[in-house]
Amino acid sequence: MYKTLLAAVAVTAGLATSAFAEMTVGVSWSNFQEERWKTDEAAIKAALEAAGAKYVSTDAQSSSAKQLSDIESLMAQGVNALIVLAQDTAAIGPAVQAAADEGIPVIAYDRLIEDPRAFYLTFDNVEVGRLQAGAVLAAAPSGNYVMIKGSPTDPNSDFLRGGQQEVLQSAIDSGAIKIVGEAYTDGWLPANAQRNMEQILTANDNKVDAVVASNDGTAGGAIAALSAQGLVVPVSGQDGDHAALNRIAQGTQTVSVWKDSRELGKTAAEIAVQLAGGTDMKAVDGAVEWASPAGTKMVAKFLAPMPITKDNLGAVVDAGWITKDELCQGVSNGPAPCN
Amino acid sequence: MSNIVTSEAGKKRPLLRTLEIDTRLLGMIGAFLAICLIFNLITDGRFLTPRNIFNLSIQTVSVAIMATGMVFVIVMRHIDLSVGAVLAMCSSVMGVLQVRYLPEHLGLGSAWIMPITILAGVITGALIGALNGWLIGYQKIPAFIVTLGGLLIWRNVGWYLTDGQTQGPLDQTFLLLGGVEGTVGSMVSWLLALAFSAAAIWTIWRARQAKIAHEFPVKPLWAEGALMATAVVAILGFVGILNSYAIPVGRLMREFQLRGETMPEGYVDYYGLPISVLILIVIAVVMTLVARRTRFGRYIFAAGGNPDAAELSGINTRLLTVKIFTLMGVLCALSAMVAQARLANHTNDIGTLDELRVIAAAVIGGTALAGGVGTIYGAVLGAVIMQSLQSGMAMVGVDAPFQNIVVGGVLVLAVWIDIQYRKRTGEKI
Repeated sequence: MYKTLLAAVAVTAGLATSAFAEMTVGVSWSNFQEERWKTDEAAIKAALEAAGAKYVSTDAQSSSAKQLSDIESLMAQGVNALIVLAQDTAAIGPAVQAAADEGIPVIAYDRLIEDPRAFYLTFDNVEVGRLQAGAVLAAAPSGNYVMIKGSPTDPNSDFLRGGQQEVLQSAIDSGAIKIVGEAYTDGWLPANAQRNMEQILTANDNKVDAVVASNDGTAGGAIAALSAQGLVVPVSGQDGDHAALNRIAQGTQTVSVWKDSRELGKTAAEIAVQLAGGTDMKAVDGAVEWASPAGTKMVAKFLAPMPITKDNLGAVVDAGWITKDELCQGVSNGPAPCN
Repeated sequence: MSNIVTSEAGKKRPLLRTLEIDTRLLGMIGAFLAICLIFNLITDGRFLTPRNIFNLSIQTVSVAIMATGMVFVIVMRHIDLSVGAVLAMCSSVMGVLQVRYLPEHLGLGSAWIMPITILAGVITGALIGALNGWLIGYQKIPAFIVTLGGLLIWRNVGWYLTDGQTQGPLDQTFLLLGGVEGTVGSMVSWLLALAFSAAAIWTIWRARQAKIAHEFPVKPLWAEGALMATAVVAILGFVGILNSYAIPVGRLMREFQLRGETMPEGYVDYYGLPISVLILIVIAVVMTLVARRTRFGRYIFAAGGNPDAAELSGINTRLLTVKIFTLMGVLCALSAMVAQARLANHTNDIGTLDELRVIAAAVIGGTALAGGVGTIYGAVLGAVIMQSLQSGMAMVGVDAPFQNIVVGGVLVLAVWIDIQYRKRTGEKI
């Protein structure tokens, strides 16, 4: 009896030590109700598992106060690194402060945290804008352009617009293209994009040759307005929405710039393990120095987004992002793989 | 109320009766300890570390402050659904003042910023509360409707004031009210603990003397002694735990660097009592005194127990309604102060759903929605229980939907147990 007890104690002690040696990464999500983060979570989990680290997470349920409590609780559990999808870029400050005090590295996941001690990981939104404008410009090298921008309250909208301008600038200067309409889309809502597009079409007697829309939702709204007038012109988008990919297969949308969130999650997990292991932020592969719009100097890594056009539609199917049936619904004799 | 006089002289009385302990309070403490122990078991002892107890007490403050006021509102047979929104409104006023206006006129870092901000916040809260009270008391609009309207109105007035932008960074002195940034250190904490212990002993002794003076039956001396000892152990134990949470080295180094010094090798310091927790303790004590020792407090319980009788006996229940809602507004402002100092910013979403947490805390703490019954310490304990559940589940990694399901279930269960208890003791349900 005594011996078995002793053995049990020894086993538990052994388990405890191995648990201590194991690395733990805590993830604080701002709002798990949105479906998209499930994809990210699966990628982070898989990458951590591969690295032999443990995954713990909390969901702030859209409350910046709860997120602060959540992060305190993650730190009380002894995490070695934090991945934070911030609910509020400024109010997360005390949490980053507390983590820095404990020497725990923080990764600002996809959403900026205005603090130089956080490592910012996201897709390059300016590059997204460049890719959107580039694909549309290739399809319509001259004519009247309409810019359907994102939500006025989202800083990403202006990053995107900046990237689009970079690509279009020379064509504008040479007079090949002319921007005849430009509108923000409140709340990124397709219905608002549709209404704006209708007004621009009316104002220009339907003389529109291309639309640079900032994401797939707004692209959908713009395309609805265009088809109501019987027009088919090059339109850009972003996110790789299933509906948008289907539109590319059908030929009503030109490009959807795809940010593979599994890539983002995987990279975040790998960086978290590196930083927890003592790697310097600047030594992370692909890390660059970057100044935020508010002037905070940060270390950041920007992943390259991927433009999906009719020429590489196969990539999204191969990556398991969408099934072939969904992609090719209602398409006959379309581009590969829908032929 | 909890102090039911049970004087069955001559009979042999059971232990609890002898001690004259509120069995409901005992039940709540038991439930709380059970929650703590279960979480502690699941988290391999991480739940009951000084660090987590420190976190928990800071996280509870904002809701607990408002819950003390909600007790009065519910005792008066009203409800206040607007507390979260009023908190957001007061917070936005305080945020805008601190970030935009005061630094412009007084200069950044001026010592006047904090007092002016707090005063402005409290006045805002008081005015909103008084308006609510007037609409309910004098215009006879049901409290449910007035405050449901307020829920929509005040959060959005706050939104309008700030354009929905996060207001920050806040004044440096103001941040001390938030928690981690503002603790009094271990030395002061011990002194305060001794003072609180002395006050507890003195209060128990005075209560006994008062009873003797009025020729009421009193507990045996050993029972009084046991009560005193429990109080002292609880106070010293709590402070002792907070005092054993060492400040992380990184933070100490930062503080030394700010002062332009270098940290001596092996230097350690401890947090001690957070200022926000002290604020909660002071508010809870004052509110308890108001409830038990003042005419205002007695009127509230009288009017809540039987509004018609109170009215007929000459209590101005309309004015009383205005007063309790004004008090509620002021407490929302104080709560806003702590909440925004903790976040170091005013955020547009501050206090979202707090109305439900506050009502739940008061109800779990034994406040009856039928009116007339409720205690301040119960509400504070209710808030602590709610927060422990939430933090504990976050720590264990329970999925978000299950967290809410459990909290909702606990709320209903707590009230059911309370009703069963009242049926047995023959109290009003």
